[in-house]
Amino acid sequence: MRRSTVLGSLNSSLHDALREDERVLVLGEDLLDPYGGAFKVTRGLSTAFPDRVLTTPISEAGFTGVAVGMAMRGLRPVVEIMFGDFLTLAADQLLNHAAKYAWMYASKVSVPLVVRAPMGGRRGYGPTHSQSIEKHFIGMPGLEVVAAHPFCEPGALLRSCIDDDRPTVFIENKLMYARALRLADGGRLGDLYIKQTGGDRPAHLLSYDPFVHADVTIAAYGGMAEMAVSAAERLLLDEEIVADVVLATDLSRAPIELLGDSLSRSGRLLTVEEGGATCGWGAELISQVSEHCFALLQAAPVRVCAREIPIANSRPLEEATLPQVDDIVGAALALTLPSERS
Amino acid sequence: MSETQPDPRARLAAMSGTLEERLYGQMALIRRFEERLLELFEDNELVGTTHCYIGQEANAVGVLNHLAAGDVVFSNHRCHGHFLVYADRADLLLAELMGRAGGLVDGRGGSQHICFADFHSNGVQGGLVSNAVGMAMAEKMKGTGAVTVVFLGDGTLGQGIVYESLNLASLWGAPILFVVEDNEWAQSTPRRLELAGDMVSRGRAFGIESGEITSTDAMEIYAHFGPIIDRIRTTGRPHFEVIHTYRLCHHSKSDDKRPRAEVEARREREPLRVTGPRLNPEVIEGLHVEAGRRVAAAETWARALPLPDPETHLEAPQ
Repeated sequence: MRRSTVLGSLNSSLHDALREDERVLVLGEDLLDPYGGAFKVTRGLSTAFPDRVLTTPISEAGFTGVAVGMAMRGLRPVVEIMFGDFLTLAADQLLNHAAKYAWMYASKVSVPLVVRAPMGGRRGYGPTHSQSIEKHFIGMPGLEVVAAHPFCEPGALLRSCIDDDRPTVFIENKLMYARALRLADGGRLGDLYIKQTGGDRPAHLLSYDPFVHADVTIAAYGGMAEMAVSAAERLLLDEEIVADVVLATDLSRAPIELLGDSLSRSGRLLTVEEGGATCGWGAELISQVSEHCFALLQAAPVRVCAREIPIANSRPLEEATLPQVDDIVGAALALTLPSERS
Repeated sequence: MSETQPDPRARLAAMSGTLEERLYGQMALIRRFEERLLELFEDNELVGTTHCYIGQEANAVGVLNHLAAGDVVFSNHRCHGHFLVYADRADLLLAELMGRAGGLVDGRGGSQHICFADFHSNGVQGGLVSNAVGMAMAEKMKGTGAVTVVFLGDGTLGQGIVYESLNLASLWGAPILFVVEDNEWAQSTPRRLELAGDMVSRGRAFGIESGEITSTDAMEIYAHFGPIIDRIRTTGRPHFEVIHTYRLCHHSKSDDKRPRAEVEARREREPLRVTGPRLNPEVIEGLHVEAGRRVAAAETWARALPLPDPETHLEAPQ
């Protein structure tokens, strides 16, 4: 599989992990070749590693719980939840089991578990197969939530989670799988300037300006990352507005360093996520920005999110429910109206 | 695992006295431990709650004495008896219940959430059963030959994840023993209001070798489980076994609203009364004295331990 796409990067990473670490195994529904998983992230794995790729019954709670037990006994299981919406079926395992054991057993055990969950809509799958529900899992002590996007290397991000001793929910995005990776080279990606924080779960700051001037800071993650960058491009070309884009991979921690960096220039924060606004990732970001660098804000922060209704099957309804590039551009324009500018 | 792995089978073999005396002595220790806990609660020395094992001691000694070093146990909210037979460490358990640094998990888990070597417990009904199946699968994949034992109650059979776990254990051939301790009451709810159908059929429906025993006789239960655990070791296949027993104490501290006559009638068949008449009264007296001495020593030791320091106990594990 081509490593230059999100799908290929993830698939290659799983092949590498299984080959290089005999403790790694992969569990989930319909993983076996020739089918190779609902979104083909696991294609080829069962052929290459038949003993360590376990196709499961339709039992998200059960096989996630089995994986928790395996992790506690020294294996490194990677669980695939076919649609991220089904993560709630395993919620008790994540909250009351995986996230608790290491701490409540005074670090006598660790739970090196990765639960991969493809989130997101725009494919017409309807109300129960299109959601982005990761916000419900952010903030559970002991559980890490990480999301891939095409401006990082998703396979490397996944591998760092597999190698980590903490239980991690790894958020993918269905529409993102076919996208080409957009990796910076020497701090540049085409006309974009890019800088990133260190560590396994870097945050990225992208701008069409060499970090001298910015009118607005757009924060996003996962499936909204490319839409945020597209919005920044349109804002520049059509409106001559410079938008910085801050992209997170670690959803358990706000990318406060890069937000502060960008807000010191822009003073205006726009958060973007495909899930609903209430108690969401953006709500947490705005809280933390208010706590850590309130003085940088020159206007009230704004959230661009899904409308808080179920996601319809029919395309016009789905499009009207989920945040689009137009919504980001519109919100950024409103936030940077001349009357609002300092 | 950081701790030395207990070897219940070897420890039992090294004890003095007849087999029946040894089992009685272990049951007397559990009984005295639980009675002392209830006294400590009365005196407001303990916080939270405790789920006592009084009346079910024969199950712990009958099952867990067949385990060897490296075998894995996953217990539930009612875990004290299981732990005491597995590890024989009343001191560490009491220190945990008293919230002390130096308890089993430094006061983080308390009564229901303990870990020592290959022993674990959790307080949510059902979910831990899937964890135990995963542990059994891990031991199988690692080729250690270890057997895993997981304890459920009749009430836990109401949880869907139990059946997902049975299905997976059978499909994948997990070397695990499911022990259902049917004590007839799920907290305050009698079995007739919480359980439809038959218990043993639940295991059989998944192609798991299954059986049941109605007994509070430690010798009988011990003899019953020896061949079962040997067979799991040999075949690597799961087994599902129901023990019909009775809980003499309340579910959780002082919440017992069951009919007194029912409870008193069952007291006649409680494990110590079943085994006691077959033993020399002087031996019994000696075993109770020894149990009392050990629990008192554990308490003295635990009291001397410090309470956990919030400065050093609030970090997330890395």
